[in-house]
Amino acid sequence: MTLEKREARRPWLLLSPALTTIFFLLVVPVIFVVVYSFWLRTASGADQPGFYLTNWAEVLTDSFYRDILFHTLKIATITTVLCAILGYPAAYFIARSRRNKAMLLMCLMLPFWISYIIRTMSWINILGVSGALNSLLLASGIISEPLQLLYNETTVILGLIHFLLPFMILNIYVSVEGIDETLEDAACSLGSTRWQSFLEVTLPLSLPGLAAGGLLCFVLGAGTYITPLILGGPTDAMFANLVFEAIITQLDWPLGSALSLVLVAVLGALILIYNRFFGMSQLMKGLS
Amino acid sequence: MGWSVIRAWTAAVYLFMFLPVAVVVLLSFNSNQFGSFPVTGFSFRWFIELWENEAILRAFKTSMILGALTALISTFLGVLASLALVRYKVPGRDFISTLLIAPVLVPEVVLAVALLLFLNFLSLHKSFFLLLLGHVIFTLPFVVLVVQARLVSIRRDYEEAAMSLGANPIQAFLTITLPLLAPAIFAGMLFAFTISFDDITGTLFWKPGGIETVPTQIFSMLRNSISPEINALGSVMIILTVGLPLIGLGIARRIAAKQA
Repeated sequence: MTLEKREARRPWLLLSPALTTIFFLLVVPVIFVVVYSFWLRTASGADQPGFYLTNWAEVLTDSFYRDILFHTLKIATITTVLCAILGYPAAYFIARSRRNKAMLLMCLMLPFWISYIIRTMSWINILGVSGALNSLLLASGIISEPLQLLYNETTVILGLIHFLLPFMILNIYVSVEGIDETLEDAACSLGSTRWQSFLEVTLPLSLPGLAAGGLLCFVLGAGTYITPLILGGPTDAMFANLVFEAIITQLDWPLGSALSLVLVAVLGALILIYNRFFGMSQLMKGLS
Repeated sequence: MGWSVIRAWTAAVYLFMFLPVAVVVLLSFNSNQFGSFPVTGFSFRWFIELWENEAILRAFKTSMILGALTALISTFLGVLASLALVRYKVPGRDFISTLLIAPVLVPEVVLAVALLLFLNFLSLHKSFFLLLLGHVIFTLPFVVLVVQARLVSIRRDYEEAAMSLGANPIQAFLTITLPLLAPAIFAGMLFAFTISFDDITGTLFWKPGGIETVPTQIFSMLRNSISPEINALGSVMIILTVGLPLIGLGIARRIAAKQA
């Protein structure tokens, strides 16, 4: 073999372990889920291979699934919008602050290192019947009975915001950091107010970061089933909870497959729209 | 909006992010017999009870082993792939990159379902091995991102200089590129370990009955009621996952400083 040929083969040699892993543990399994969604769960508990549209008919026509899908999208939208509102000023502050910037950034990274389940359950300590808030209100005599604050839609959203806010802030920060500060000054010197220069210069330029953060918040929020299980009540199930129920509790794997594919289709469509406008590279910036 | 308003807003946002976590740590040292409010005094009793809880210790051991193996495997795969993508002209580079990042683009629930169903079809049932495969595939993109970002900044010239002085490509890699890349490899491993240690979404799908990781153990304890032991466990995990990376960062800085 000539040297050139060996040189040309080398990258593939390096790539092959990772690509083989991805191929057999991701690509093939996902295709398999598509096939599985057309199989049928029989009364005996075995899965009947074949081409049945039963699962799809059930998933696409039953209003139960549709309602939970809309509920999930609603929760994810509210979470994303609130993350953007809460996160933008903070990200702007970090990017434009001169002192304490390193410290603020490091603190922003800390939540990524603190366990998701610990952060989620920490709200039980705050809002639970014997939690901080109730204890405070009882001790100060404002209430005489502990309030039932947990296990509803609001606490699910609260938990999701707590989980996703760092993603949003980090992405906006990366964007604002890249904008030349003098642009705003230039706008001001040309007669616009600080607020106008922000609205017409900084905000549009930081849109890619805002969109990347928004996409991450939405996709991660809409795909979760742990937060509703810990902080939600019986009626707060989200779409991923349906998948978990079908696969783990009812062991109806063909139905679970169809449900997962609905989730992939909805979130995948969003990622494609995002990719069309901003490209994937922006997302990678925030991730690394 | 004035600057002071933005500053106050930021302070409030940071408070929101950290107050609940601080309360976990506070309550874990509380001597109150229910471990809840009011805080009556300082005590290590919940940590002692934690230490005596065998289920938690077992879960801790499982998570450590799982995290370590995941970190080793996915870092190995990730470093090789990053080298190929950064150092060579590969046809279809964008497509391959996207494929390597794909595990974070697919919702984790779906990834979990797909892997579980497919391996079950191959008669590989829920096991520690399935958990390991799942964690590797899920952490791989993060390793690739971290290592690639660093590799781009290491100039090819050094390697070429070594080769022009007679080193073969493998020697050049081992003596030049690898030491320069070490901090990124270390960071990638730490990243993979932490993600694996923290994962619950996929783990709940993949874990066989009888095996618990720390997050799934906490989850099953939460189902009964919040016990003060969970707060103590939370404190231990916060100290581990915040403390370890800080130490790691220190070591990485020291290595980098030596090289400079």
